[in-house]
Amino acid sequence: MSAPLLSVRDVGKRFGGRVACRDVNFDLWPGEVLGIVGESGSGKTTLLNCLAGRLVPDSGSVAYETRSAGSVDVHRLSEARRRLLARTEWGFVNQDAREGLRMGVSAGANIGERLMAVGARHYGEIRGQAIDWMARVEIDADRVDDRPTTYSGGMRQRLQIARNLVSKPRLVFMDEPTGGLDVSVQARLLDLLRGLVEGLHLSVVLVTHDLGVARLLTHRLMVMQGGTVVEQGLTDQVLDDPQHPYTQMLVSSILPV
Amino acid sequence: MPDTTVRDTAPQDGAYNYAYLDEQTKRMIRRAILKAVAVPGYQVPFGGREMPLPYGWGTGGIQVTAAIIGREDTLKVIDQGADDTTNAVSIRRFFARVADVATTTHTEEATIIQTRHRVPETPLTDGQILVFQVPIPEPLRMLEPRETETRTLHALSEYGVMQVSLYESIARHGRIAKTYNYPVLVNGRYIMSPSPIPKFDNPKLDRSPALQLYGAGREKRIYAVPPYTPVKSLDFDDHPFEIETWSESCALCGSTESFLDEMIVDDTGKRLFVCSDTDYCESRR
Repeated sequence: MSAPLLSVRDVGKRFGGRVACRDVNFDLWPGEVLGIVGESGSGKTTLLNCLAGRLVPDSGSVAYETRSAGSVDVHRLSEARRRLLARTEWGFVNQDAREGLRMGVSAGANIGERLMAVGARHYGEIRGQAIDWMARVEIDADRVDDRPTTYSGGMRQRLQIARNLVSKPRLVFMDEPTGGLDVSVQARLLDLLRGLVEGLHLSVVLVTHDLGVARLLTHRLMVMQGGTVVEQGLTDQVLDDPQHPYTQMLVSSILPV
Repeated sequence: MPDTTVRDTAPQDGAYNYAYLDEQTKRMIRRAILKAVAVPGYQVPFGGREMPLPYGWGTGGIQVTAAIIGREDTLKVIDQGADDTTNAVSIRRFFARVADVATTTHTEEATIIQTRHRVPETPLTDGQILVFQVPIPEPLRMLEPRETETRTLHALSEYGVMQVSLYESIARHGRIAKTYNYPVLVNGRYIMSPSPIPKFDNPKLDRSPALQLYGAGREKRIYAVPPYTPVKSLDFDDHPFEIETWSESCALCGSTESFLDEMIVDDTGKRLFVCSDTDYCESRR
């Protein structure tokens, strides 16, 4: 653990006159799960897209420590390298599984896509890996040839995770992975994610508005409001002893069950 | 290669330019063809013209043919392998009229063969040019609807998605069920749609001595495979590419090696298999 996996410096992005996020700084270390919380419209998703190379920030830099080529500036890479990085060393889990999956092809093809993209050409082996990953995300192996359209919301989300993890990424971006799922499904998914993150030593940047999810999954937390980071620290610290008025409001607005 | 330059560009009957298209258009199309030949399998945009027949009937092929044809050429036109269908006959007559060229139905005699849906059974030779009529030039179109995205995928050789479609075919049918328009990798670089020829004809494209030109009129794209260029049909290691086979032989010429059409000949459902390539079939009878 010599260098941080992701180094974010002064990242800012505006849409016209509207500031989506500004002056964001943090380091993400290997195996670390960083949560970004805040109300909707606070710039969480924009920030995530900037980090993942999907949006070009107006200012600042995002440096990523690659497996073999050392540190690279994500936004200075050629498009070809960035896309290669995105489908080999990174994963991206969307809130809506339909955006992250190919709904027209079977689950096996969905999981196998990244393998085929980097040159796998043996049907049996690709399918074998797909079945293996389906088991890891707790989907019945006999659903491997079914399309995601026949899956429930929770299964789709797990399939999306399997599709991303099959290329053994080191860094996964997640945008509200449990949003839109009912609580029991959420709980299972969180359990699964926690196991996978620990087992695979993944680094995760997790965007969520759900403080419960943040407490369960993340090691460190960044609280955003109006595009700026108002507070960051260890998750327990931030949630148990919030310093910033906005964080205090956020923590106190969790409905007691 | 036979000289296909147009020597006499004077209008022949006062109403039309030689080979129908005006000289500027032919120059533009020839430029596109040169670029296409230089980058095998790459789709070159061109300013497609209105032609005197509807899109889907071979407007792309006709424009390519018009741009390369000269008075010394001998033209053959086939449609689904046949020389005598409406489409083939009209296009042949069109060029006989506007380009004053000899026409033929014999593959060996032709210098330019415009084709829809087939490659002739008779092996092609050096100097022949095969012009394909292409409806959808983009092999990734059904997988990725955005043109900007498919261009990026070609530029970066990101062809995983094509393989995904073949995977899906095996998952659903137990084999690669695509039988026509079977995607190929040209010269190890670009994935290309070979136009809707049956996959039976794919091996004929590989290292063919003839120049292959593909014209898509509606989509306004030209692409090419120069002579002796490797053309590989995509497949999986454990599901290799295979061509169609028939247990029957041609009812007319007895061929067991050609692409056969199945015909139902009476009300009781009696079946007959005949060669789809009429010239090949006739020459064997």
